[in-house]
Amino acid sequence: MIVAERKPMEEIKQMVAPYKKLLLVGCGTCVTVCWAGGEKEVGILASQLRLARQAEGKEISIIEATVERQCEKEMVSELRDKVKQVEAVLSLACGAGVQTMAGMFEETPVFPALNTTFVGMPEQEGIWTEMCGLCGDCFLDRTGGICPMVRCAKGLLNGPCGGTRRGGKCEVDPEKDCAWVLIYRRLEKQGRLDLMKKYYPPKNFRAVKRPGKIQAVKA
Amino acid sequence: MSNKIIAFCCEHSAYLAADLAGKQGLHYPENVRLIRVPCAGRVDVTHILKAFEKGAAAVLVVGCEEGACQHSTGNTRAKERVNYSQTLLQEIGMDNRRVEMVNVAPGAPHKFVRIIKEMNEKIKEVGEAK
Repeated sequence: MIVAERKPMEEIKQMVAPYKKLLLVGCGTCVTVCWAGGEKEVGILASQLRLARQAEGKEISIIEATVERQCEKEMVSELRDKVKQVEAVLSLACGAGVQTMAGMFEETPVFPALNTTFVGMPEQEGIWTEMCGLCGDCFLDRTGGICPMVRCAKGLLNGPCGGTRRGGKCEVDPEKDCAWVLIYRRLEKQGRLDLMKKYYPPKNFRAVKRPGKIQAVKA
Repeated sequence: MSNKIIAFCCEHSAYLAADLAGKQGLHYPENVRLIRVPCAGRVDVTHILKAFEKGAAAVLVVGCEEGACQHSTGNTRAKERVNYSQTLLQEIGMDNRRVEMVNVAPGAPHKFVRIIKEMNEKIKEVGEAK
């Protein structure tokens, strides 16, 4: 899933400072799971903005809404009537959601309230870790399902480096596991340790042409 | 301007303590409004912020003593939410002493009265709500 975190309050306040009528739109998918932009976070941010304006003696009117997926035009189109009532939109979605909103309602400024950070998974309650670097040339078949590109601090394709700490920790961050120790242990369980002896040439980072686009073929 | 205190009171502890305070004829400031909740853990960050939006000068979340929650972890979760609310208030330049979590046993009416009085004094320091 896509992981994001809320921008600093000061930055958000500055973005919406000129506007008195706002629509705050959350997204009910990835950013809801990572506690950054779901219905609840929309409510919290709306309250904070109202309180901040109250303290400044200025008015603000906020409409709150959350759509199932802000990166889908069909779902965003439900907001058409609400967008007509406001001067600006503050989107609590990933970059794709913000751009979908901005593309659907071109006459209304759409501002991002979140910083989209990475593609990851929930490690434990409240902690998400990066799992995929979106390189477009998946390597996981050779590494026991552990991506060294994002989980190794140095992104080594032929690891481990000489700095692995005792206990299999990373030399860059002793809190983190060395990805290549994890890969070794995983391959050992699978009886595929021969893969550790193979050399992998530098990765082709041109696999995904920017902007990425996929045309699916209907079966 | 308002000096209203909203006190979310757990019905297993704080609400009973408040009731007992009434029965014993103990006096506490009349600017407090009690909201009975099934557990302090029911109180969410959005409830706390909404209370401030509606003009509260301070919010108290009053739950069971530590280790005595009827729902095991309601009071510890409430404490975490109150801490988070303090951060959110700070972000927008409000004094985070306006929200506080307190633990009160059902048979402790004097403690209940004391925390209300203390919060009332705190409002005098941080100022009433606009």
